[in-house]
Amino acid sequence: MTRYAYYPGCSLETMAATYHVSSMEVAHKLGIELEELEDWNCCGATAYSHVDELLATVLCARNLAIAEKQGLNIVAPCNACYKNLWTTNAALKRDADLAEHMNYALEADDLHYLGSIEVSHIMDAFVTPEALEAIRHKANDRLKGLRVAPYYGCQIVRPRRPGLNQMQVDDPQYFEELLAAAGADPVPYPYKLRCCGAALMVTNRPAAVATLRDLLQNAVDAGAEVIATTCPLCQTNLECYQAEVNRAYDADYQMPILYFTQLLGLALGVGVKRLGIGKELVSAEAIVKRPAAAAAKSE
Amino acid sequence: MDTTTARRITFREEVENLLHAEEGASLVRCIQCATCSAACPVVEFMDHTPRLLIGLINAGMKDEVMASNTFWTCASCYACTEKCPEGIRPADVMYALTRYSLWKDTFNRDWVAPEFSRRFTKTILRTGKSYEPGYAPAFIFEGGIPGVVREMQMAMKLLAKGRLPLIPSRIKRIRNLRSMVARVMPLDGIE
Repeated sequence: MTRYAYYPGCSLETMAATYHVSSMEVAHKLGIELEELEDWNCCGATAYSHVDELLATVLCARNLAIAEKQGLNIVAPCNACYKNLWTTNAALKRDADLAEHMNYALEADDLHYLGSIEVSHIMDAFVTPEALEAIRHKANDRLKGLRVAPYYGCQIVRPRRPGLNQMQVDDPQYFEELLAAAGADPVPYPYKLRCCGAALMVTNRPAAVATLRDLLQNAVDAGAEVIATTCPLCQTNLECYQAEVNRAYDADYQMPILYFTQLLGLALGVGVKRLGIGKELVSAEAIVKRPAAAAAKSE
Repeated sequence: MDTTTARRITFREEVENLLHAEEGASLVRCIQCATCSAACPVVEFMDHTPRLLIGLINAGMKDEVMASNTFWTCASCYACTEKCPEGIRPADVMYALTRYSLWKDTFNRDWVAPEFSRRFTKTILRTGKSYEPGYAPAFIFEGGIPGVVREMQMAMKLLAKGRLPLIPSRIKRIRNLRSMVARVMPLDGIE
């Protein structure tokens, strides 16, 4: 059984609780064990880096040290948490002076970080060859023919992690492979790596609404029936502010936005309620109620 | 070329010193090709494009740079950083400038972003976790009365769906976390 230290991040306790429960359900189905990081703290999002770089580093270092104590590599479901933890981990491994400084700070919480663990996005745990094989084997036909826009977001691939080639950053395919393994029909989604506006929703509303409008229109043009997301901020912006986009652009988008784990859960036979589906402001009922027979016919 | 041993560092060097970026190329490498501006999804909301901002930094036009809204408009999507043919990391430059403008207190008081980042940071130092509803009230007035009503309506819907917590959660060892942070920076600087 594969085990990871699971770093949920703040949003998964609140706005994105459905991402949390669906991740747990899917991991369980695939025999992946997620052990929550003990007493974890916020990763800092973008705000700490606006305020102070060392502050951003020390708060991520604490989470890394806790995971190391648990003897496990970290997986994070949020793109921003993942990027922050990954970047800090790389900096601490590269820069001995920084690591010494951070360890001096970590002493205040009886922690020490040696740099022995790795950080991944939670999706990485579901796209290993073994996990994909298990998904193909276990998937029912619930998603058969469902046209899904695979929305990666930004920080899951950027800034580029060493070892990734140009294609893997410009046009990654692992999300598509995952959806296909689950029986869905991933559509080519040109804006799959474009920004959702992130915190600009609070700090610069028109800019965020404009980026969301582009993402929604691009998904409609691609013939998608649902956008699958990998990040709580992307999901919240696309879903909760879809009405705002409609108002601003006199449009009528009704695009369901689900976490990829919710779709995966459906394919693996997890109950709709257990995946947190039904808590959306933009109804995902069409996806859930979609009769598999009708889907099969449409092929 | 300045060959004296002691001199005042240039604005560009000041910005680069804020980067801690041993990976990124120096801003002098910028060839003004505007690939960064073309890659930016929110460039039309910036008063200066990323290309122009880097040009202004290299020209030492500090006042012009610090008065710009460009770095507070950046959403940190790193599209520019991925595309720069010279290996400059414009997204990290934006972070450096936000820190500089908070540190030197040069930001425009009408902007929401600096206050948002400060408030976010204060929340973490109090509880160890982020709490979305805690930030919203201060900023929803941006949209005027109809905006406030819409935000309230959405909050009620989210509340009904169980997606908005009423009580902020807090980590167990918050005291330790605060002492930890105090070892890298003065807490009274942010609180």
